[in-house]
Parts: sequence; structure tokens; C-alpha cells
Amino acid sequence: MSLWSRVKSTVSETFSGKVAKSLGKTAGKVSEGIKAAVGIKAKLDAETREALEEVLLQADVGITAASKLLDNLQAAGLPEPLTADRLKAALAGLIEARLTPIAQPLEVGKAKPFVVLMAGVNGSGKTTTIGKLAAMWAAEGKRVIVAAADTFRAGAVAQLQVWAERAKVEIVQPAQEGSDPAGVAFQAVEKAVADEADIVLIDTAGRLASRKDLMDELAKIRRVVQKLIPDAPHAGLLVLDGTQGQATLAQVREFAPVAGITGLVVTKLDSSAKAGFLLALAVQEDGKPVHYVGVGEAADDLGAFDPAAFARGVVGLEG
Amino acid sequence: MFDFLADKLQTAFQSLTGKGLLTEADVDAALRELRLSLLEADVALPAIKHLLAGVRAKAVGQNVLKGVNPGQQVVKIVYDELAALLGDTGELTLNAAPPVVILLCGLQGSGKTTTAGKLAKWLAEKQRKKVFLASLDVYRPAAIEQLATVAGQVGVPVLESDSTDPIARTKQALKAAEKALSDILILDTAGRGDVDETLLAELAAIHKLSKPANTLLVADAQMGQAATTVANAFKQTVPLTGLILTRLDGDARGGAVLSMRHETGVPVAFVGLGEGLDKLEPFRADGIAGRILGQGDVVSLVEKVQSAVSEDEAASLQAKLMSGQGFDMNDIKKQIGMMRKMGGMGMLMDLMPGMGALKKQVDQSKLDPKVLARQVAVIDSMTAAERKNPTILNAKRRQRIALGAGVQVSDVNKIVKMHEQLNQVTKLLKKGGIKGLMGMLGQR
Ligand SMILES: Nc1nc2c(ncn2[C@@H]2O[C@H](COP(=O)(O)OP(=O)(O)OP(=O)(O)O)[C@@H](O)[C@H]2O)c(=O)[nH]1
Ligand SMILES: Nc1nc2c(ncn2[C@@H]2O[C@H](COP(=O)(O)OP(=O)(O)OP(=O)(O)O)[C@@H](O)[C@H]2O)c(=O)[nH]1
Ligand SMILES: [Mg+2]
Ligand SMILES: [Mg+2]
Repeated sequence: MSLWSRVKSTVSETFSGKVAKSLGKTAGKVSEGIKAAVGIKAKLDAETREALEEVLLQADVGITAASKLLDNLQAAGLPEPLTADRLKAALAGLIEARLTPIAQPLEVGKAKPFVVLMAGVNGSGKTTTIGKLAAMWAAEGKRVIVAAADTFRAGAVAQLQVWAERAKVEIVQPAQEGSDPAGVAFQAVEKAVADEADIVLIDTAGRLASRKDLMDELAKIRRVVQKLIPDAPHAGLLVLDGTQGQATLAQVREFAPVAGITGLVVTKLDSSAKAGFLLALAVQEDGKPVHYVGVGEAADDLGAFDPAAFARGVVGLEG
Repeated sequence: MFDFLADKLQTAFQSLTGKGLLTEADVDAALRELRLSLLEADVALPAIKHLLAGVRAKAVGQNVLKGVNPGQQVVKIVYDELAALLGDTGELTLNAAPPVVILLCGLQGSGKTTTAGKLAKWLAEKQRKKVFLASLDVYRPAAIEQLATVAGQVGVPVLESDSTDPIARTKQALKAAEKALSDILILDTAGRGDVDETLLAELAAIHKLSKPANTLLVADAQMGQAATTVANAFKQTVPLTGLILTRLDGDARGGAVLSMRHETGVPVAFVGLGEGLDKLEPFRADGIAGRILGQGDVVSLVEKVQSAVSEDEAASLQAKLMSGQGFDMNDIKKQIGMMRKMGGMGMLMDLMPGMGALKKQVDQSKLDPKVLARQVAVIDSMTAAERKNPTILNAKRRQRIALGAGVQVSDVNKIVKMHEQLNQVTKLLKKGGIKGLMGMLGQR
């Protein structure tokens, strides 16, 4: 049973019942009257607004972005005759419009090698996403090298090794456990330059931004890579766990300057979670592009970010 | 000093106008703010509604403590309720027939494998148990290797098997742990999504086979609203006995724990506070409650006030004020005592939202502990008769008191002045009622 089916049962009660009725009345009146001057403006009554707000909140949109969206919905004029599905479709339309500008697949630029740094909190899906990206680009005929710069977590290098085998790409790994992650990144980029590889994907250990020392380590990886290629890394991807909530906002804020984040990947969208925080990021923060979404653990479970489908998921419209 | 007395009077004055009880409006206003705070902390809506409904019922009609405002008092009530809902620390069941099985389950990447290692270390070192680890994760690349590395770091045995069937591995683990005469077998499972029916069915089968005395849901403190659905999906699949919350070492407020506690009804046993294998601690509800609420300072203020102002003392002072009987030096000493107990309240006020007004009233310098101690010494040097009836304090008496207390005569004069002013206010209150009092307070 999805979260939505439970939410829907409570919401649709409100919508199809008295709220829809009363709203229908208001909308009718307005449309006959001052339509020409003001445009169609029915009021979202408090109860309907609250029901919609709860739908957004349960999708992790967060209160600030949810309020803004509902204000916009109100200002845009409500559909007629007003039903729950039409209201939700209108809201989905707004959400889609908000997100379309940030839905941009990562473009591998002219730089050769094109260096990509992956960062994020623990367990968000960095290593898996690197495996997926490596497989995708390798299949396009690009020469990819992955760098196992997570020298800390148990099994991290072995995990990336398996992914490198699956994707049939080369891996540069630390000489021994616990060696300097920046050194591994340096070696990988050095090798990519020598071998004329197209892309280098640098895997880093998961870290919470509260750990200053670990954030410094991330900055060091960047600096060391820049010794070889001054404008590298050419992309900094922050991997966000789609099942998380408002904590992701702070993650973007804190990782962005340190890791030179240029875009986002959102994982684990094959769950009941809706990752509505993306909307909060688009509305409240500077709206980093969303490059890909992860929808499973297999190599091909990576897709482009589809704002229309995402919007329908957030408001709880199936399909 | 007059400032603080005026402040006290105002508190009493509030109760005269009926502000002494928390009204529905007070409570609702505070709860609206708290709802936003809880949402920001990622507490799921159903849990928020449950919490706030309970608080509302409790709070309306409560007596407002002197020294805090209604909003602050509601925060404290929410905090208490939150801590109560989070409940007691979950205990592991370790006294079943060995090997006692601990089954760890949860979403992908929630921290199960790391937590398996932490638990093994905790049980081996703190409980002197013989622990055996086994990975049933045949999906994630190098998951089995990861647990083997962790087991090596802790120094406990781990299942060695080439089988790629989780059920077969479960059987092997049970046998191996028994053979090794282990007290405890910890089963680390693959991460699984809350809508993945195949993997959830697999988890149910593992549970059926291994009959764990402990089935723990391992969850990330950064989880969002989905915490409710996720907790429900696992609860429907296996009978959970407890929760473990990981990554509390970050800045996330961790509201998901309340969502899950509410949804599953099982207690939180441990929290993870870092990647190191020693970073596991038994859960403590009060700490997390403050973190989720994000109002730790208000809560400690209310607690301070609660312990400083005994209800009786406050009530007797207030009765005196309202009867217009007039205060004597004993009353003033009592009030100074209260202020001393409240100690660093001025500092706390700096940290708090909306406390500017009160802060102005309680001038920091007047709260100087040295000044307060000196004032008490002055009153202590008075005779019983002088304390009871300060009007008899002529110049000679004042000199004697100053000598006895080791202060200047001017210090004694200040206390006498304070007493006079206080009684002036009381008279005004009695005569001119509220208007008279307000006029006087306004002059400060
Ligand atoms: N269902 C699902 N699982 C995913 C997805 N992406 C990653 N995972 C799983 O999430 C878990 C953690 O993924 P990793 O790639 O190891 O995450 P990480 O960020 O590298 O973790 P650390 O290096 O430990 O910080 C693994 O079990 C992955 O299989 C996804 O899109 N969907
Ligand atoms: N900061 C911090 N990191 C943690 C904590 N617990 C686990 N981790 C990290 O979280 C990441 C994922 O941990 P794992 O133990 O591999 O998670 P898992 O649940 O076994 O993952 P899957 O098996 O892929 O589902 C690793 O980087 C761990 O080091 C914690 O309490 N604090
Ligand atoms: Mg990794
Ligand atoms: Mg694991």
C-alpha cells in the first residue's frame, strides 16, 4: 500500500465532499461576474488549502515551499468545475513548471578527461550511482576510469571493484586501506591524462557536513586534482537520498561550496518516498540542476529526472 | 532592584487579570509554531497530530509558572509529552536459549552492516557475550566482505559461506553459531525498500526460520515523512521488537524517530553516533526530544524556574500582595533567594526568541550573585523586629547593620528604599487598582 493511497482516502473525502461542493459554488459565481477584469479567481478555502498542504508536506516538500506553491495556485486561478483531481492536476502543473528548468541530464563537456567528483552523506548511493554512470557511459563507447577514493569504509573499494567489472571500466584503487583519498584521486586523473580517457569518476567516502575534518578532506581532493587540471573537477555531483526529508536542504548548502557541487542525483525513488525536498530546493535555494534519479540497485536503474512524473507523484496523481 | 520586584508584581498582576491560566488561544498559538518546528524536524504528520492533540488537552487550563510566558510553558509541556511518547530505552532480550538471534533490517544504506559491527562490539565488551556475525546480503556488491572486515575489526567470528541464497545462509549461520557455542547471533540483512514485495517476503522467511528474540529496524535519522510508511511496511512484515537510529552525529533534528516510534509502538534501543564501531549508545528520550523540538533553551529555562520557585513560596507572596498587607524584609529575602537560585537566567534569555521584553525588565547587573549575596547579608544582620517592621530602621540601626554585614551604609539604604517602593506599589494596587500599578510600572 503506498503512502498516497492512505493520504488519498482522507483527502478525497474532503475534496469530493463538502469542500468540492462549496468551492464549485464560489467558482461559478466568480466566473459569471468580474471575470474579464480580474481573471478567474476562486478562493481556496481554509479546509481545502490545508488538505492540499498536507499532501505536499507528506511528500517532504516542507512547509515553506508548500505555502508558496499554494499561494501560487491561488493566484493562478483555480480550474472549473473544481474537483479534487483537477485541483491536484493544476498543482502538478505548477510544480512541473517550477522543476522543468532544473531537469538537465549531465552534459559531458569538451574537457578530456572530464572529471566528475561524487559527494554526499553516508549511504546516500554514491558508489552505486558511479557504477550506473560508468556503465551508461561505457556503453556509449566512452573510456571511463573510476577512482576508489573512499579509503575509509569497510568494503568500499571492493564494492567499487564489482561495479567496475560490471561496467567493464578501469579502476584506480588505493595501495592500502586508509591511504590518502586525495592521492587516489590524483593517480586516477593522472592515469586518465596519460591514457587519454574520456571520463574520470571519483568516488568519495560518505560524510556528514558536521565533520569539519572530513569536509576539509573533500576540499583537499579537489585541490589536488586541480594541480593536474586547473578547471577540474568539471562536475561535482551531490548524491541525495530520496527517502530523506528537510535535512537534505542543509546538505546542499554545506556540500556545495566545499565539493564544488554543480548538480544533484536523487536515489532510492523506487520507494514510497516522494523526494519533495527537490521542490524546496528549487523554491528556496538556488536551484541546482537535477541530473539523474536512481530507481533501483541494478546498473540500468538510473533515469533522467522527469518533472511531469515527479510532480504527479508529489501531489498523488497516479501515473 | 526595583525592576525585579516590578517584574514579580507584573506576574502577580497577570494572574489578577486571568492570565495565570493557559487559555485555548495561548495554547493554540504556541502549538501552531511548534507544528512548524516539528515539520522542519521531519516528524511525520500523523505523529505530529497525535502529539499536539495530546498536548492541547493537557495544557489548556494549566497554571502559568511565574517567570515564564505561556508560550514557553507550552513548549515545556510539548517537550515532556514528546519525551514520554519516545518512551523508555528499548532493551535487548538476551536471556533466551543460545544462540540468541538479533535480526537487523531496514532500507538500503540505513546503516545495518555498520550497526551489526557496533552491536557485536557492545555485546562482547560491555556484556561479555560470545557473538557471531552473519551476512545474509547476497545482493549488494561486497556486502559480505564488508561485514567480514567489520567482524575482523571487532574480533568476532563471521559466517564463511559461498552460498548466494539468503535462506540457506540463515540455516548455515544458525548452525555455525551453535557450533561455535556463541551466546548471540547477529544477522545482517540486505537493505530493502518499503514497496519491494519480493524482498519483504524474503525478510519474513528469514525471520520465520531464525526466530529472532530481537528484530530491530535500523533507520537513518535524516529520514523524511516516509518514515511512517517505511516503519509500517517493516512492522507488517516482521514483528519488530525495537528501533535503532543511525547518524545522530550529524545536524539532522531526527524527527523520523518519533514517526517510527508512533507507527510501530516499539521502543528505540540504540542510537548511532558515528562511523566508528564504538559509536553506539543506548537511546535517551530526553536528549532527542530537545533536539527534535529545537527549543532546548526554553525547556531548561522552564525547568529552572520550576525548581527555583516553589509553588508555596510564590503563592504566599502573591497572597500578601493581593491582601495589601505589605511586605516585610523576610519577604524580600525570600525573593532574593529565588533570584539567586535562578542564577544564570539572564544568559539563558539571550538565547531565547521573544524574550527581549523580559530581559529588559531583569537588568543583568541586578542579578549579579555578589550583589544578591550582599543584600541577603544585610537582611541577616537585622534583628527580628527590624525585619518585621523596617520603619524602625533609623540611622543608628542602619550603621550597626552595615557593620555587621560588612557593607556600606548606602547598601543598607538601598534595601530599605526597595522595601519602601515595594509597599508603595502594593498600596497603589490596593487603592487605584490596576491603573495605579500600571502607572507606577510605566515610570521606571
Ligand atoms: N532501492 C535503491 N537502492 C539504492 C539506490 N541507489 C543506491 N542504493 C542502495 O543503497 C545502498 C547504499 O548505496 P551506496 O552506493 O553504497 O552508497 P554510498 O553513498 O556509496 O555509501 P557510503 O560510501 O557508505 O557513504 C546500497 O544498498 C545500494 O544498493 C536506488 O536508486 N534505489
Ligand atoms: N555518520 C554516521 N555514519 C554511519 C552511522 N552508521 C552507519 N554509517 C555509515 O553509513 C553508511 C552505510 O552504512 P552501512 O552499514 O553500509 O549501511 P547498510 O544499511 O548496511 O547498507 P545496505 O546493506 O546497502 O542496505 C556507511 O558509510 C557507514 O559508515 C552513524 O551512526 N553515523
Ligand atoms: Mg560509497
Ligand atoms: Mg549492509
